[in-house]
Amino acid sequence: MKLKLKIWRQKNTQDKGNFKAYDVDDISPDMSFLEMIDVLNEQLETKGEEPVHFDHDCREGICGMCSMHINGRPHGPQQGVTTCQLHMRSFSDGDTITIEPWRAQGFPVLRDLMVDRSAFDRIIQAGGYVSVNTGGTPDANEIPIPKSIADEAFNAATCIGCGACVAACKNASASLFVSAKISQLALLPQGQVERKERAEKMIAQMDAEGFGACTNTGACSAECPKGISLSNIARMNREFLTAKASSDNA
Amino acid sequence: MNWFVATFSSTIGRKVMMSITGLFLIIFLVGHVSGNFLLFKNDGGQAFNEYALFMTTNPIVKILSIITYVAILGHVAVSIILQIHNRKARPVNYAVANPSANSPWNSRNMGILGTFILIFIVIHMQNFWYQMQFGEMPMVNYGDGVEYKNLYLIVAEAFSVWWYVAIYVFSMIMLGIHLSHGFQSAFQTLGINHKKYTPFIKKLGLAFSILVPAAFASIPIYMFFL
Repeated sequence: MKLKLKIWRQKNTQDKGNFKAYDVDDISPDMSFLEMIDVLNEQLETKGEEPVHFDHDCREGICGMCSMHINGRPHGPQQGVTTCQLHMRSFSDGDTITIEPWRAQGFPVLRDLMVDRSAFDRIIQAGGYVSVNTGGTPDANEIPIPKSIADEAFNAATCIGCGACVAACKNASASLFVSAKISQLALLPQGQVERKERAEKMIAQMDAEGFGACTNTGACSAECPKGISLSNIARMNREFLTAKASSDNA
Repeated sequence: MNWFVATFSSTIGRKVMMSITGLFLIIFLVGHVSGNFLLFKNDGGQAFNEYALFMTTNPIVKILSIITYVAILGHVAVSIILQIHNRKARPVNYAVANPSANSPWNSRNMGILGTFILIFIVIHMQNFWYQMQFGEMPMVNYGDGVEYKNLYLIVAEAFSVWWYVAIYVFSMIMLGIHLSHGFQSAFQTLGINHKKYTPFIKKLGLAFSILVPAAFASIPIYMFFL
């Protein structure tokens, strides 16, 4: 395959940045999108140019590191996949592909296609945890949890924090991410102690990081590589309103 | 910050205000359109004029109308605050965006649709409400010793102008598209999302967003061709 690439190049956080066009040749349809970028980077390095910087780690679709807004969509044209699981067979020979970083106030561009997603870490630090006393290993199934509840908590917990929800949302809202992280703990008995405090603190942090409000367009869930459901956002709003109405934090 | 102020200054709190004012205005629409149906009555406007007098003099209606104005202004004001916040949340736009791949058009354009509706409300209030309250009104007597303001005549005159009918019908289409997202979205924002009733809310919202604006629009069309 022969492809034309338009890639966002930005030296650092201060640089204005601009698009640069590249041509790549001999791309196999079986390559992943990241491998295609690897090919480009090898070309650039041989020519003595700066390779394109991008985030990646596991390349198995589970770590959430790879980002990239490809042809107007986070993680490209396929649903339910991360960029590393997107293959070049999703494109046609001769295509022009535009690749941009995630765009959000909460995700400043560090370099080229890399953005700083530590806003998500700070949201988790604000309340996305359970306090557990150390001691002996608890027996398995000591705390009974109905299968349906466990499943729902696990579904929320599949969120890999990639930020595609923010990237897809017209308001750059982090609602889907935060709601998944609130839900996975709110559903389980272990999460009850800090339940109200968690909702209040995580949502306050979400707002402080400059993410937008939720307009219920559903773009986040449609672009989520893990298919996190919008019902989590409704749960987050319930958790928030309940907490605000009844927490000790007057 | 006071916990109450903090709640409604948050993004979710502001969306809750949009939801509550929106739901109130949905109920208002039902009341408004029910009253309008009196215009279909073939009595030269007597029933409608009697209804208009009741609506402008009854103290409970007065309170409800104040709540309605607050809801409209609140809905607009909070939407502007949210819009400014949301714009700030993405200071640099994408060069290439393909939003239709992941979300419906109406959900992304509630602000544009709402602006059309607001412009309509201003025109509508000027033509009928302002005229009824402060304008010079033709009077009519139905033999019960009461002088009624003949609002029916004003309405009939307005609805005999083709472009006024066209603006009215266009605005009702905008309202319908606005409601087709807003109705179900209001419930989602309040956290009402459950497999038992969310499918029903979505269907009801769609039916409402077609039937109520169509009912409103049917009146100027009927009176234009009368």
